[in-house]
Order: sequence, then structure tokens, then C-alpha cells
Amino acid sequence: MDETLLKVEGLQTSFFTDDGEVPAVDGIDFSVHEGEILGIVGESGCGKSVTSLSIMGLLPSPPGKIVGGHIYYKGEDISRAKESRMRKLRGNDIAMIFQEPMTSLNPVFTIGEQLMEAIRLHNHLSKKEQVERSIELLKLVGLPRAKELLAEYPHELSGGMRQRVMIAMAMSCNPKVLIADEPTTALDVTIQAQILDLMVKLNKETHTAIIMITHDLGVVAQMCHRVVVMYAGKIVEEGPVKEIFSHPNHPYTEGLIKSIPDLHGKKDNLYTIKGSVPRPGSIAKGCLFAPRCEFVMDKCRVNAPELSGSVHKSRCFLHQEQGRKEVHT
Amino acid sequence: MSEPLLQVENLKKYYPINGGKFGSVSETVRAVDGVSFTVNEGETLGIVGESGCGKSTTGRMIMRLIEPTEGKIIFQNRNIMELTKREMRKARKDIQMIFQDPFASLNPRHTVGHIIEEPMIVHHMGDKRQRQKRVEELLELVGLSSYHAKRYPHQFSGGQRQRIGIARALAVRPKVIIADEPVSALDVSVQSQVLNLLKDLQKKFNLTFIFIAHDLSVVRHISDRVGVMYLGKVVELSESENLYNDPKHPYTKALLSAVPIPDPDIKTERIILEGDVPSPAHPPAGCAFHDRCPVAMDICSIEQPHLKTLDDGRLVSCHLYN
Repeated sequence: MDETLLKVEGLQTSFFTDDGEVPAVDGIDFSVHEGEILGIVGESGCGKSVTSLSIMGLLPSPPGKIVGGHIYYKGEDISRAKESRMRKLRGNDIAMIFQEPMTSLNPVFTIGEQLMEAIRLHNHLSKKEQVERSIELLKLVGLPRAKELLAEYPHELSGGMRQRVMIAMAMSCNPKVLIADEPTTALDVTIQAQILDLMVKLNKETHTAIIMITHDLGVVAQMCHRVVVMYAGKIVEEGPVKEIFSHPNHPYTEGLIKSIPDLHGKKDNLYTIKGSVPRPGSIAKGCLFAPRCEFVMDKCRVNAPELSGSVHKSRCFLHQEQGRKEVHT
Repeated sequence: MSEPLLQVENLKKYYPINGGKFGSVSETVRAVDGVSFTVNEGETLGIVGESGCGKSTTGRMIMRLIEPTEGKIIFQNRNIMELTKREMRKARKDIQMIFQDPFASLNPRHTVGHIIEEPMIVHHMGDKRQRQKRVEELLELVGLSSYHAKRYPHQFSGGQRQRIGIARALAVRPKVIIADEPVSALDVSVQSQVLNLLKDLQKKFNLTFIFIAHDLSVVRHISDRVGVMYLGKVVELSESENLYNDPKHPYTKALLSAVPIPDPDIKTERIILEGDVPSPAHPPAGCAFHDRCPVAMDICSIEQPHLKTLDDGRLVSCHLYN
């Protein structure tokens, strides 16, 4: 857990639309170390998926563009790397799995053809070795009947199996970093449990670092080591998972945790964060969360707080001034 | 809370697959296979289960949006299965529905005011002025403002649209509301707002809810009683406290243990189920769950278990409790 693999510095990604520039990610910094599982949580539109696409160099461009900041992979700035360089990195070093296991596989090719394509592009293996490697990968992700599966088409597989194939494909070249964008959102809970289990196992066995992008705090609590909480394109809190859940510093994080219905024990009314997420691109002065915050102060509406702290960071005046525990008990 | 308002008896929906020679029926998919339950006035019955278990089909059959293959639906001492189409349309005034997708369930070409007014026009309620007044009342009731009536659905966020869907369902003053995954498309912070709204409205108008969802924590929060479905059948039905604190059916146990708990200090013993849900066209013989069940016995693969009432009043369909 010592070597920094991936470092994002002041990343700004914008979309250029007919209505002008819309910043989706607005200056975020974080790093991923070897062998760790980093969670990125936030609600829809907070910029978590755009962050992952920016890292992978997969932003739809135009309209998307990285307008500022750097992304370092093992010290090399890849934020403006050439397509040919990115092609080498993608799969070999940084791989990604997507939310929709239904649409991210090609329906007209067999599982074997798709798996072997990924292997062939990055390794020089004979046909026989490719088949062997494919079977090995399918076994790694816990799929039974690996050999027969190679000849089957995606529609013959269930959602959980397809997601396993996607993971097998992503793992095919032993990447150092695996970015998983809502990998279990489309799956049922019992299947989700299987997939999360598999990802933790892979992380332990292959030491692949995982960036887990999700909106589900339950998933984060169960598998991540560190968490980044995003709101409206900015990081509002970052820290070790236990710290974040036991002492959330930012009112948004706290609100999110409190608004989940409890599986064990019943409350009469759920906590709610009033209002809704600001529209991206709406110009606001001060802290972006101020209109929804219950601890809002005058200065929050005027100045924007900075992300501060060493291990457990947060972007809130409340915490920076007094240490928030006395203020809020 | 005592008199059952709605009673569902042995409800079935079979879909034929016309794959045989000359389009003859080769197989049947048993989407819902003999579901029975009662709902009391003013209570919330939650129905949970994974995709394909038949929970949405059950909800839609109660409104006869999907015509059941077999079974009885008794609402206010009347079997609504025997109603003609025209009578059924009238009966729907008392049973309304809230849909899952707030983006697809509102007509994009109508104003919000018209969307909410339409059910009142269909059921000949009041004159134009009274209806407009009611629309404004409803909008305020669900936490929007009366000036929103002139806007179109695309001008609203997901949470606001779901509020519009709720206002539309309330427009004709129904007794029962069937909510099919009403919050699954919403973000957590918005989800809690909508759940609170539903609870408030229930208290205010003594509404009866059938709440269909896959999220177990959401169902627990809102329901008085919960039914768990697997492959078209109810496997356990009980007071929600009992069900969540002490699940009896192995499937309920596995389902509950699979939910990720948003607290890193709690490490739950997860029961990881092997494999996937079998296809409802070829359910396993005996108990439909036996091939994934961690405690399956010999009898499970031979004989189908039936719902039995346990001492605490819950219903379980499992050979373990015979």
C-alpha cells in the first residue's frame, strides 16, 4: 500500500454544449496506491463517471474535454497522452468495467472471440495459448463450464455471468488498476454479493488496485479501504472508510449516511437533505452545498471552502474552524 | 387495520411460448404461480424479490393491467376478476398505481397540470374549475408549487417527477395505491424525501399501500408486513419486524445477508448463493429454491412445500418447518 500508482491533480473536465461550457469535474485531486480499493461515491451528476472516463482517455470528445490538471500514472502524465499511448495503457495497465453488462458486450460475437480479442491485442500468444488463457480467466472469475462458455453468445448468459465475463476481460492483461463504474447497480442483491466477493478476492490475490465508483454507501462500507465523496464536481470529503462512516466531517456525507433506510431497526421518518443537486453549470458563489446545508453560515454563501486536512480531508468551514464534534452532537 | 380491504387468492399468470410446430404452445412461463395474500385497510404490504420473481406482474394483475390466468382478487367484497372492462375502469378509481420510471411514466407532451387532471376527467369528477383547483392542491400536497402546473415534465428532476406521479395517483382519491419500485430510480437523498412523503400521505388519507421493491431496507422502512417472492411464489410473509429480525426461509436469510450494510464496522456473515435464479419456464422440481438452498434436504427436490402458518403468525413455505 505504499507506491502511488495513479495520481489525479486538479483535474477539470468540461463539456462544451450549445449553452456554453459546463464543468462536470471541477478541480479534483486524489491518488490510488498499489493494492488498495478506493471508493468514489456521489449521486447522479456529481462527476464520478466523468472522472473515470477522463482517466481512461475515453471521454466523448467533442463535447467533453479535459481543460485543466494532470493525471499521472506511475509518474507519467497521461491526461494529454496520444491515442496510441493510451491504447497501450488501457487494458495492460488500467482496465475498466462498466455498469451495463447487457450493453458492454458485443451481441454478435461469442464470449471466446471477445475475450481472445482483448488478449490478442496486448500479448503475443498463439491461438492455443489464447484459448488456454481465456479458460483460465473464466475460471478465475468463478464461471463454471468455462470451455463451453467460450462458444456461447452474450444473450445466453445471465446478468451476473455477463458481469463476470466483463471482469475476466478486464483482468486479462493483469492490469495494475481496475476502474469499476457501478459494476453491480444493474444486478440483484444476491448476485451483487457474488460479484463484490469476487472483486475483493481478485484484489487480494492479484494485488490489483480497484477504483470502485458507486452511489451505494453499503457497497463502499463493505469493500473499500478509502473513500472519496463527490458533490457537484468537487471532492467534499476524503478519508479512510472507517473514519468517514464513524465521523463524517462534511454535512453532505453525514446527510447521505443518515438518509439510508436501516435494515436493522426502524425509524419513523428518514433524515432528508432538503432540495436537490444543483444543475451543473449553474453559477454559484460560495460553497456549492450551502443552499441545502443545515449548518450553513453567512460566510458559506460568500466564500468557497478549500479541501483541508491530512489523512481525513473535508471541504467545509464548519470543520475547519472548530472541529465539528462540539458544534454538532 | 383488521378488516381485509383487498384479498388475493391463488393468483396465476402463465405466458405460453409458441415455439412448437405451427406455432403451438411448447412451454409455459409461470411468471406468477399461485400467490395469495390479504391487505388490511391503512397498512402497507411490501413485496420484495429479485428481478423476474413476479412481483411487478402481481402488482399489475391487481389492477388488471395484466389479465390474470387464474385466481381471485376480492376488493371490498367484490371479485374484480368478474367485472367487465367498463366496470373495471370505474373500479380503478379506488386502486391507483405509481410507476417506477419517472421519466417514462409522464407524457412529455402534456403539461403537469393536464397529467394530474386527466384521471379526474376520465372519472368525471367535478367541472373544469374544480379540477384545476384540485390540481393546485395536489401539487402543494406533494411538495411542489401550484405554478408548476403549467410546466412540462422535462423541466423537472427525477424526484420532482416522482412527486408528480404521486399527485396523479392521488387525484381520484383512491383507497389503495400500488407502488411499483417508486424510488429505485432516485438518488439516496431524494429517495428519503419521497419515502417520507408517501408515509405522510398514508397517515393523512388512511391509504393502503402495496409497495413493490427490490431494495430490502426501503421495504422494511415503509412496510407493516412483507412478502418475499421467489420464482412466482410467495416463500415467506410476515410482520416486517419478525421477518427482518428473524427470517425463517433460507432464501429470505440469504437475501437479507446479501444486502451491503453502510457501516464498515459491521461484518455480516454473508450467505453467498450459488448460481442464478432458474428460468421460470423450467422451474426445478419440488421446491423451486432447492438447487440453490444451502440447507436443502432430500424431500426438497421431490415435493413442493406449501405455505404454513407458524406460531408467530407468519407464513413460510419450506420443508424445514414441517
